[in-house]
Amino acid sequence: MSRQRFSLSYKAQKAVLIAAFLILPIVLLATLSLYPALKLIFYSFTSWNGLSPRYPWVGLANYKAIFSNPLLFSSFGHNFAYLVGGLIQNVVALYFALILNSKIRGRNLFRAVLFMPFVMNAVAVVFIFRFLYGYQGALDALLQGLGLKALEHDWLGNLSLVNWSLAFVSLWEYFGFNMVIYLAALQSVPHELFEAAELDGAGRLQTLWHITLPNIRSIVQINLLLTISGAIEAFNIPFIMTNGSPPTATFLTNTVNVAFVFNNFGLASAMAIVLLIIVFVVLILQRWLVGIGRDAV
Amino acid sequence: MSLRLQNTLLGTLKYLSLIAGGLVVLFPIWVALINALKSNSASNRLGPLQLPIHLDWHNFVVAWAGGDLGHAFLNTLYIVVLSVIGNVTLGTMVAYVIGRFDFPFKGVILAAYLVVQFIPTITTQVAVFGIIRSLGLFDTPYALVLLYLGTNVVQIFIYLQFIHRIPRSLDESAMLEGASYFRIYRSIIFPLLMPASATVAILQTIAIYNDLYSPYLYMPSSSLGVVSTALFRFRGPYNAHPNLILAASLIIAIPVVLLYLLLQRFIFAGIVNGAVRE
Repeated sequence: MSRQRFSLSYKAQKAVLIAAFLILPIVLLATLSLYPALKLIFYSFTSWNGLSPRYPWVGLANYKAIFSNPLLFSSFGHNFAYLVGGLIQNVVALYFALILNSKIRGRNLFRAVLFMPFVMNAVAVVFIFRFLYGYQGALDALLQGLGLKALEHDWLGNLSLVNWSLAFVSLWEYFGFNMVIYLAALQSVPHELFEAAELDGAGRLQTLWHITLPNIRSIVQINLLLTISGAIEAFNIPFIMTNGSPPTATFLTNTVNVAFVFNNFGLASAMAIVLLIIVFVVLILQRWLVGIGRDAV
Repeated sequence: MSLRLQNTLLGTLKYLSLIAGGLVVLFPIWVALINALKSNSASNRLGPLQLPIHLDWHNFVVAWAGGDLGHAFLNTLYIVVLSVIGNVTLGTMVAYVIGRFDFPFKGVILAAYLVVQFIPTITTQVAVFGIIRSLGLFDTPYALVLLYLGTNVVQIFIYLQFIHRIPRSLDESAMLEGASYFRIYRSIIFPLLMPASATVAILQTIAIYNDLYSPYLYMPSSSLGVVSTALFRFRGPYNAHPNLILAASLIIAIPVVLLYLLLQRFIFAGIVNGAVRE
């Protein structure tokens, strides 16, 4: 009898607790993430200036503008540098993770150093690199000292080079993040697998290709997904370095400038929606590829 | 090639790679340090890689005062403390409810968190801006606190991974003794989630400390500078004094690096748990 009463009261408690614990987080999530995302869709069909109470309907004009104004859509070309940089970043991260996963002295020290840029303030990092890249600055001085004078460049002034210089800052800052994730994945691959491979006389590259990589496949995909969406959303580095001036503007720095500098919130919203669609397409493609990968194994 | 020779070569290659990687990481920081320690006249005489003849801390003093960095640290600390308390409280609550109970729309809520994680925060600011303004929070630190509470959802997944490792038998034996669900949350779940909370707190602190765009957008008043915006404002007025800007950059960057070196374990755990879903 008393058990019955208790289970009933737990049932009531459960309802109250779930409601009480979730209400605030859900309100926050809805007002600051979901509702704005829906609001963006509405704004994207208007020419709202960000202040006026009027939202003049313009239909698809904003979307047409994105694809017809070369200054807007072509800024994705600059994102391309970050994409290539991001892919190299993953190779570098995996390489160091493989080294750190082997028996090696000073492992923790090296791991601590290699991850360090990730925790450094982004503004500070960009300012430091601005000094490094300066005309006849520290990087050129280093190259000269190493006898590589031929490689000296105007790293930020040369317009065909500047985005690659910025993409390197991104690689420098974030590769440690990917490395730590790869390292954790490598540590969770069962040791017996490697021992069995060794018994079978497999070489190092064979083991890497046939044992290690297949076992961390899902982690490789997560890292690549983060890298690709990071490249599509590249913002901080060009914004801090140059305020997103045309030669280094990425799609997102343009979006933000269209809204908060040129007060064209309608167009900026349409750009944000295009960006969101691209990110989600990448996400869905990744899920789909994971599915194919699973079937193939 | 004998196996032993091969192993020796490989070992050497590993160390050379690690040292090369370490140098690439440390070189920019080293350059920043030696140049921040040069007076203006010294930096005119010396190349950017030459060591200063005597250490000149003047740049650090001027940067601290000129950038009002003391104030910026206090503002940042205030926002970090409020946000972290809120994040840990709300995060453990959500994790408890989602991790322990089944209820209608649970899947929808979880999916919403997953989706939101992939919405780049900066894109939605175009719309969030209006919401913050209509709440009367524009140009106050509370705009940021609210934003950090509402948009940092990675912590939910960190907590969920941890809560699955707390045995349900603990909840059940507490229930046999008549403990209420709230009591179970407060006396069992919350304390046992402490390692996760430490991780969440550290990651959140680093994220807020390094965030530029939200404070730049929502707290434009110069008296409301946080570390990132205070440092960002050096650009322009101090452009002719690169050494001073480097000193300011180091003042801002180094505290978190020290925090990280002390608390690495929690950071690595959080990075992995936040990115990898079971």
